[in-house]
Amino acid sequence: MTEITEVPSPFCGMGTDDLTVSVERTALQVTENGCAVNTPAFEQPLGDSKPRVASKEVPLQEAAKVAADLLAKAQQPLVAGCATDVNGMRALLSLADHTGAILDNMHFNAARRNILAMQDSGWMNTTLAEVKNRCDLLLVVGTDLESFAPRFFERYLWNQDSMFVEDTGKREIIYLGKAPSGSASTAPDGRKADVHVCDDQDLPEVLSVLRALVKGHPVQAESAGGIAAADLQAIADRLQQAAYGVVTWAAGAFDFSHAELAVQTLCEMVKDINDRGTRCSGLPLGGREGDQTASQVSGWTTGYPPRISFSRGFPDYDPYLYDAVSLLAEGEADILLWVSSFDAAKIPPDTDVPSIVIGRSGMTFAQEPEVFIPVGTPGIDHSGHAYRMDNVVAIRLKKLRDSGLPSTSEVVTAIQQAL
Amino acid sequence: MLIKLTGGTVYDPANGVDGKKRDIYIQDGRIVSRPQDVQVDQEYDLRGKVVMAGAIDMHTHIGGGKGNIARILLPEDHRADPVVRTAVTRSGSGHAMPSTLVTGYRYAEMGYTAGFEPAVLPVNARQAHMEMADIPILDKGGYVLLGSGDYLLRMMTAKKDQQAINDYVAWTLHAAKGIAIKVVNAGGISAFKFNQRKLDLDEKNSHYEVTPRQILQTLATAVKELGITHPLHVHGCNLGVPGNVETTLDTMQGIGGLPMHLTHIQFHSYGTEGDFKFSSGGAQIAEAINRHKNITADVGQILFGQTVTASGDNMRQHANHQFANPNKWVCMDIECDAGCGVVPFKYRDQNFVNALQWAIGLEIYLLVDDPWRVFLTTDHPNGAPFTSYPHLIRLLMDRSFRNDMLATIHPEAQKMTTLGSIDREYTLNEIAIMTRAGVAKIIGLQDRGALSPGNWADITVYSDDPDREKMFARPDYVFKDGELVVRDGQVVKVTWGTTHIVKPDWDPGIEKDLQKYFDRYLTMKLGNFKISDDEFTEDGRGSLTVQPTRGGAL
Repeated sequence: MTEITEVPSPFCGMGTDDLTVSVERTALQVTENGCAVNTPAFEQPLGDSKPRVASKEVPLQEAAKVAADLLAKAQQPLVAGCATDVNGMRALLSLADHTGAILDNMHFNAARRNILAMQDSGWMNTTLAEVKNRCDLLLVVGTDLESFAPRFFERYLWNQDSMFVEDTGKREIIYLGKAPSGSASTAPDGRKADVHVCDDQDLPEVLSVLRALVKGHPVQAESAGGIAAADLQAIADRLQQAAYGVVTWAAGAFDFSHAELAVQTLCEMVKDINDRGTRCSGLPLGGREGDQTASQVSGWTTGYPPRISFSRGFPDYDPYLYDAVSLLAEGEADILLWVSSFDAAKIPPDTDVPSIVIGRSGMTFAQEPEVFIPVGTPGIDHSGHAYRMDNVVAIRLKKLRDSGLPSTSEVVTAIQQAL
Repeated sequence: MLIKLTGGTVYDPANGVDGKKRDIYIQDGRIVSRPQDVQVDQEYDLRGKVVMAGAIDMHTHIGGGKGNIARILLPEDHRADPVVRTAVTRSGSGHAMPSTLVTGYRYAEMGYTAGFEPAVLPVNARQAHMEMADIPILDKGGYVLLGSGDYLLRMMTAKKDQQAINDYVAWTLHAAKGIAIKVVNAGGISAFKFNQRKLDLDEKNSHYEVTPRQILQTLATAVKELGITHPLHVHGCNLGVPGNVETTLDTMQGIGGLPMHLTHIQFHSYGTEGDFKFSSGGAQIAEAINRHKNITADVGQILFGQTVTASGDNMRQHANHQFANPNKWVCMDIECDAGCGVVPFKYRDQNFVNALQWAIGLEIYLLVDDPWRVFLTTDHPNGAPFTSYPHLIRLLMDRSFRNDMLATIHPEAQKMTTLGSIDREYTLNEIAIMTRAGVAKIIGLQDRGALSPGNWADITVYSDDPDREKMFARPDYVFKDGELVVRDGQVVKVTWGTTHIVKPDWDPGIEKDLQKYFDRYLTMKLGNFKISDDEFTEDGRGSLTVQPTRGGAL
């Protein structure tokens, strides 16, 4: 048995890199600093290692050839999922360019809520180390932060040492929208977070009122979404009294129509606070299953976030039209290449068109795909790079065991070479 | 394989060759002296053509987070300039902030064979290098950004000695794999996090007992003592602020003779005279550069049209967000390390300020006497996209063209510039200095930027054309490491360049304190922060090239 320390995780989105993992042949155990997200993701037992074509085990080269033939004869290939590391994403973009495919990321409908707001008016954001050292007020909007990132509070709010916050235990936490599911947000001295609950679909109204109050506009309503205007006024005041307020949300949790407008209201409010003389920053949560990685690599390779068609010979970005699920439902793609290298449970959407699945070893299917190629997980079976939620830090993922499984990048490159 | 380039008119200022007919031989990727008894395998008849080394851009934002924010922020700009895949090249998108692949193709198609990213945040260095790894053909490298990171400011406040700071600077270069040190608004990015909205040269950060002047002196000393060839690369205080010419002159004076490079100096050359309280400091700045032989500069010329500004200077970018066009912008505070601000701009010739900015940049180019100390940049994409270099070259080389353009800008701006009275026209030799020989010398590239035997064969061949814009936009041939990569202005072969770095010595003892700092305050482990060599080479196409430091081991 070997023990590997300072292991970075590609699973939690926070770039946690203090895990200790013990390795017994191919079995992993997180022995230090695990959490409800990371531990099961690392410890998931190894499954199949052999590619299959029509349920029959075949060597990788043969599976790649069959996949290439399927892609070559398709009118409109669709590359979706795209949950992989930087090199995997590079290979997928190359293949999509080569085959004139449409490329989509499995989390894009959530990410789109942020991207549309960003592309329309921009934002002012911060990163995790700034939160750890500067944040004196955290406003959590519409999100159960601790179920998203179980160690967020331990690592970035209730940390003992901070360069600029004298007593981190005195940090203020406000929840707006959802209530916390546990007690991670409770200060070490037992002080509970200030919680103001409303229904998800009332968030746009609540946030609009909050922004109006921040800007000093008169508000006639006495409440919004069941939250008293006076409580919202108090939040507006505290945001403008803080030394370094941080407003965080998970776009994935904003599951109501036109949530991008609610994100925009939040981001514009943060800008308003800065324009009125106080520092304040946004902190969009994400980074799970390679969503930020897909966005970054697609951004530098094509100029756009990853919902793109290459069918006209150049990248064409459309955040609605090229949605994989609706393309499949409407019969607009005739082959699906699905990639999910972090989570064996993320299987492709139901479809009648032939599928090639490049998936984390251990994936099981209700409907066996034409081609299944099990791959290693970045950060477990091979080294790689993944972006954390704050989009600035690319973590260097380590290889922890010798499973013999190929990487997504190797498999996709083999398919492209067989074309 | 021996290639002969026959009879071209060669401009090779590093070797004192100014427009002489020469034959050049290439073997195994390098330029060689005329070999005895070796058959020439391929010959290019270059009689009547102009031959120079491949051009090198010393300051271009081609890799790193803020550039990628700029890309994703402006889908409309990309949509207007789609790039279709060909049998040789991949697809992508262009204009202000092109995709990585297109960046490489377009630079090569203008005869450039190297580009240097001037603002690599240590914590974002992996991204900068990963993006640059996807830029084909060009060699590349990064200047590592220091000066607002909390570790350095803590060291300075604690009055750590210069040796300890030198060790930290060298360690950071090693961890982030850079070739030079850059400062952006010294201490100002940090000050903005403490809600300071401006910071003058002698103004203290509200938390640290440190001024921008002290930071510049400390880092310029470190760079000199570590033997790093490129002088401290400085984006000064008060970018874009009317009256900042005084700050810039004071910055030059205050460095006390230490080597210093002032980048995009056009944005730091503004006076407060005239009806609009905005005037040219171009002549004063040029005169000061002429006088201070320790100073080099690049201009950061603005050219009219849509672009996007992407800078580490979030303090100044935030202050200028009201000018965002289209009206959307991004600012970030980053990891107790630095920050960034991305603000789209549309420079307009009928806008008084923009028009005068254009004239100020040209004044500086034309009034600095020594082409070895001023370099051709638009601070891509901040002043204009790099694809406008041929136009800029024509403005420098063609007085009547320049004056025709001058006659079209905002009339009040025409009155506020001496540009029309400046007769100078750059020569081909001077262009070769400010885009090749001088750049290789100031960055410290040992075997690039000159056509000397032994050098890598990065060579560009142009058809001599009195329309210099046409000439420099479309070279006949470009060779990269001896391979023909561009013919008639089109990429014909895709190759992958190397990444240039320096490795000054440092005391490994410094990691003891750094480790404690990382564990207490940062969000990643020291060991995971440092970029390893295999991250460059594992894809089979990247490589690292270590350039020498003075007096230090390789």
